[in-house]
Amino acid sequence: MTPDLLWLVIALPLAGAVTLHFLGRFIKEPLSGWFASAASGAAFVVAAILTWPFIEGGEHGVTIMLWEWMPAVGANLELFWDPLAAVMALVVTGVGTLIHLFAIGYMHGDERFSRFFTYLNLFMASMLTLVLAGNYAMLFLGWELVGLSSYLLIGFWFTRPSASAAAKKAFIVNRIGDLGFLIALMLVFTAFGTLSYSGIFDRAGSVLTTGVATAIGLLMLVGAAGKSAQIPLHVWLPDAMEGPTPVSALIHAATMVTAGVYLIARSAAIFELAPIASNTVAIIGAATALFAATIALAQRDIKRVLAYSTISQLGYMFLAVGATAYIAGIMHLMTHAFFKALLFLAAGSVIHGMNDEQDMHKMGGLFKKMPITAVTMGIATVAIAGIPPLSGFWSKDEILSSVYTRGGWFSILWIIGLITALLTGFYMARQWVLIFLGEPRWRSGTEPRESPRVMTWPLIVLALLSIGGGFVNTPVRLAFESFLEPSFEGITLQPAADGWGMFLILAGISVLAGAAGVAVGYMTYRRPKERWLDFENGFQPLWGTWAAAYNVDDLYGAAIVAPGRKAAEFAAFGIDLPVIDGAVNGIGKLVRRVGEWARPLQSGFVRNYAVLFLGGTFLIVLWLVAGGGG
Amino acid sequence: MVPDGWYMGLAAALFLIGALGILLRRNALVMFMCVELMLNAVNLTLISAGRALNDLDGQVAVFFILVVAAAEVVVGLAIMVAIFRRRSTASVDELSDLRG
Repeated sequence: MTPDLLWLVIALPLAGAVTLHFLGRFIKEPLSGWFASAASGAAFVVAAILTWPFIEGGEHGVTIMLWEWMPAVGANLELFWDPLAAVMALVVTGVGTLIHLFAIGYMHGDERFSRFFTYLNLFMASMLTLVLAGNYAMLFLGWELVGLSSYLLIGFWFTRPSASAAAKKAFIVNRIGDLGFLIALMLVFTAFGTLSYSGIFDRAGSVLTTGVATAIGLLMLVGAAGKSAQIPLHVWLPDAMEGPTPVSALIHAATMVTAGVYLIARSAAIFELAPIASNTVAIIGAATALFAATIALAQRDIKRVLAYSTISQLGYMFLAVGATAYIAGIMHLMTHAFFKALLFLAAGSVIHGMNDEQDMHKMGGLFKKMPITAVTMGIATVAIAGIPPLSGFWSKDEILSSVYTRGGWFSILWIIGLITALLTGFYMARQWVLIFLGEPRWRSGTEPRESPRVMTWPLIVLALLSIGGGFVNTPVRLAFESFLEPSFEGITLQPAADGWGMFLILAGISVLAGAAGVAVGYMTYRRPKERWLDFENGFQPLWGTWAAAYNVDDLYGAAIVAPGRKAAEFAAFGIDLPVIDGAVNGIGKLVRRVGEWARPLQSGFVRNYAVLFLGGTFLIVLWLVAGGGG
Repeated sequence: MVPDGWYMGLAAALFLIGALGILLRRNALVMFMCVELMLNAVNLTLISAGRALNDLDGQVAVFFILVVAAAEVVVGLAIMVAIFRRRSTASVDELSDLRG
């Protein structure tokens, strides 16, 4: 199979979406779910086959031109297939297919079952357009399409006011980021005269000045921060949890939110010329990682913990790509997709089994009732905490090690990363213990039960990936690094710590931080409820601030939404009503007045008309005779 | 040879009769006849002007006017007949339903 067939990877889920859109009403549950999963799975198979030449080595990126769209600006339907795109495509289709399967069980009984899978397939096609694009125009197309799918899926249960509000919030906040991205693309076009990767990355060094590169980099960061929920545009992601849980797993944990990381890694050639932009990325990433981790500590909603955890982990990835350790960032992107998708799906399984209960205070003691969910979620918890040899350890440790090796003020970011690792271990242990151990605190009448096999199987597969996913890149065998290196040809990559001694020391410190967090979390929440409530209250008022997510929403509400509302009110009642409506109504009134005045002329008597007609003719003749009109 | 001015004078007189008829008479049929009178007054001016200037254009125009006038008469009479059948009157003063 030649790379020319790469379009199939996008076309298969797109065809699934179109088919289900028109025929979904006739294809009933669960067939439409299986159909959508098959479309997504087929895309995975094609992507996997096409990845093979990269694994064998010797292959570099290829551009596949499908057809010309706007050749003048280098915006054609062209695909770019290189190891970076391959990793993204495999993660998106692989994890995506598992989530499709899970959703067959999770969405059971929903009256818009087929429609849900239409949207899921649409999302897959959009995301694959984003990662396989061969130019920034097509990337932007995918970028906006994933935003649309995200909007549709967050608001899937749109009859809930909170869900439709969350969908709108996600869309609007993303719009702010997109504006930055769009301006960045305009700058790119002004500088290069094209948007095609092939015309940009090779020439970046000779075309861009540091100033322009910095501007482009910072504006791209705005876009990336919007999509990847980084400070200060992170507010939409926790609300996005209103969507069905498979959506949270697929879009708001594993794939779409990593688009920002992908964008920065893809644009490495530009960021290399703009150290200020790169450093800003790293600082934003580290700040977000710590900020979101503290919020995650105090959440009661099972999905909100994971949402803030996702923001925090995305912060790690930003830290990595900002420190120019691109491969470490992409590696964490991949392992995070495994264990975070697993965490969300397991949470979905818990929610499903608990009759839509999401408050962790009302769970507990579920281990016996849901053993598979408990074990798989436990694996993901250990993985995200960074305990070896699970996947999270390898990727997170490589990030921290690279940041430490960078030295200078990056050491501060390294310490922030370590604190975040400690907090991550704590809140993940807290979550797992609150759900699965201790005495049952269920609402009366709840009968927890293990989920059906179509839901547990994806959990098991993802658990295996969470365990083994890190082995693709260990100090013994840097397979992932040598796989991805062709994508970063000519770019200075920040290496991780050199030598076994340094590796062991740094790994030891980060593992210690993660393990300490887990241990404290476990011991604290293993105790009866009164005791851990006392523990949480011991941190007041800090704990309350964390639980309220630092009141960022209120701040934005007061600083941006309220003045915006005022301005809109002024425009509506101060300008539109009196001035614009006034002018229109005034003209209407004038016409009516003139009409009333002229009305008697239309007497209905033919003779009156004849007199007027004759008089008029007479006047015109007089005028002509007098020499009028030349 | 009758001088051209006489033809013009006759045409003006015919036109005036027609116009006054339109203004003063109430019967639609008579008003119609007056319209025809005015049309033919104009025809007369065109022909005589054509003769005076030694130009055929005046006569050509008259032929056109004759044809159009014939068509107009057909339509107008048909309307009149229709109105008379409905209203049993041909007085235009009683047909003032379209007043504003």
